[in-house]
Amino acid sequence: MTLPAPSRTHQKTKRPAQLFRNLNAKFASIPMILTALVVFVGGTTWTVVHSFTKSRLLPKLDFVGFDQYERLWSSNRWMTSVENLLIYGVCSLVLTMTIGFTLAALLDRKIRFEGVFRTIFLYPFALSFVVTGLAWQWILNPDFGVQNVVRGWGWTGFAFDPLNNPDIVIFGILIAGLWQGTGFVMVIMLAGLRGIDEDIWKAARVDGIGVVKTYVKVIIPMMRPVFVTALVIIASGIIKLYDLVVAQTNGGPGISSEVPAKYVINYMFRAQNLGQGFAASTMMLLSVIIILVPWAYLEFGGKKRG
Amino acid sequence: MVDLTSPVHDRIVDGPRGAKPKSRLSRRNIFLYGTLLLISVYYLLPLYVMIMTSLKGMPEIRLGNIFSPPVEVTFEPWVKAWSQACTGINCDGLSRGFWNSVQILLPSVILSIGIASVNGYALANWRFKGSEVFFTILIIGAFIPYQTMIYPLVILLREIKLMGSVWGLVLVHSVFGMPILTLLFRNYFTSLPEELFKAARVDGAGFWGIYLRVMLPMSIPIFVVAIILQVTGIWNDFLFGVIYTKPETYPMTVQLNNIVNSVQGVKEYNVNMAATLLTGLVPLIIYFASGKLFVRGIAAGAVKG
Repeated sequence: MTLPAPSRTHQKTKRPAQLFRNLNAKFASIPMILTALVVFVGGTTWTVVHSFTKSRLLPKLDFVGFDQYERLWSSNRWMTSVENLLIYGVCSLVLTMTIGFTLAALLDRKIRFEGVFRTIFLYPFALSFVVTGLAWQWILNPDFGVQNVVRGWGWTGFAFDPLNNPDIVIFGILIAGLWQGTGFVMVIMLAGLRGIDEDIWKAARVDGIGVVKTYVKVIIPMMRPVFVTALVIIASGIIKLYDLVVAQTNGGPGISSEVPAKYVINYMFRAQNLGQGFAASTMMLLSVIIILVPWAYLEFGGKKRG
Repeated sequence: MVDLTSPVHDRIVDGPRGAKPKSRLSRRNIFLYGTLLLISVYYLLPLYVMIMTSLKGMPEIRLGNIFSPPVEVTFEPWVKAWSQACTGINCDGLSRGFWNSVQILLPSVILSIGIASVNGYALANWRFKGSEVFFTILIIGAFIPYQTMIYPLVILLREIKLMGSVWGLVLVHSVFGMPILTLLFRNYFTSLPEELFKAARVDGAGFWGIYLRVMLPMSIPIFVVAIILQVTGIWNDFLFGVIYTKPETYPMTVQLNNIVNSVQGVKEYNVNMAATLLTGLVPLIIYFASGKLFVRGIAAGAVKG
């Protein structure tokens, strides 16, 4: 994350009409100010405050302490959602990072047709999660998809039906998620690799260090900021996981592929239990904070002191 | 002292310049291209399967293999998906969702980019007390899960009587597109030479004058990047569409999901795949047409997260 601060420094002259200085700029910034204050700060605070009430069909300020959270954490559906998100999240983080970096490293080996390969690896990222989910729902269809094809080759006992098996349904979603997301990580990693000085490679070659070892020992440590950025982006994307599940399984079979974001929407707009929805969304916010605060501290905290 | 940076010294250490000529079919190359080709097959497979399925008739799908090309090519599934597929009681196909999406897309793209470019310009050239604070909040806001802001926005839209309308959704897209776009424009305008801005100031141009006559003409590339980012992002949106619009104004993605995942009737997989491809067509065309600019948009998005 790089936010180069604008270098322009405007001379501060104390004038009585301080408020009216730069009036046009302030006027033009009204949409930004409203978005920041009303929607981002105001909206979030409103939701957090209302998560402590017993709002059902309509939001009202009837405070009940942590009741909604107690109910949330004793709900089977929520526990399944959190468990699914953890499995999906860990697998997705590890695999997108590994695959994304490997693809970037392969493309960075001065190959021909680099543009063609990059275009192929990245096109799923341009698609909607709904499109991705429906495409993989069809490919993983037990009667017509991969399972049927492999059986048709003579291996009649072959079983691969993740979308109808509650134990592994989340991995069926993971396959689709990886297909869509790895290209994006590849692009970030490729940008990072291109930023590495050519001389490093020369030095490694002079010292007789192998290619793989150079990547592991030299290049990856040098790319730490790129990895951290990618990690933060992927992690905050994973928490938002919603459309893919809705399209691919709609939470099924039963509730076995539910995820937190879906729980929130469900309780807010279908089950008409707003309090539960607010409590669940506050938990989502909390998990983002847990990811972001250490990162922001490492990234920006040190610089300010230094 | 030997000057280590001189090209002459380089040549002594490295020997002849340029890569060592290698045979095309070295083991390294076979491994490298083999791996890349194999991975390419995996990435292309879903697209291939979708296209093949959408060109087959239902009897052929029931009998055959999803990977085999159609024996008899038919475009009927495409026609049906576009003009006859049913969602609930409406059977006028995905075309309605397409036109809804277009109606949502155009104002959303114009409004969000218009607002964000002016914001970025103000942040880069006309900083005022507190502007950086608002900008920081905006960037932090990009990481907040939408779920914590969705309901307050429902109330706001109800208050201004825009809930369920296309314009309400346009507003929502402009609000949530603002962090990344503002960052994009702010960084771009900051990178422009300062003398330009100063010269325009000396010539007596004001806030809007400089924006329209100096900044806009110089920033066409960044506008193109922003347009690509917004068109694909808004077209692919599902969450906001499902929450802030009504069935008559559902965007294409929502209607697609309703068509394919509807529980009534016999499943027509070929029509479903044609519908899925139709929905993916707009972002795919933009992706293949824009090439490097799409990548640049993503890289800008990576900075935001």
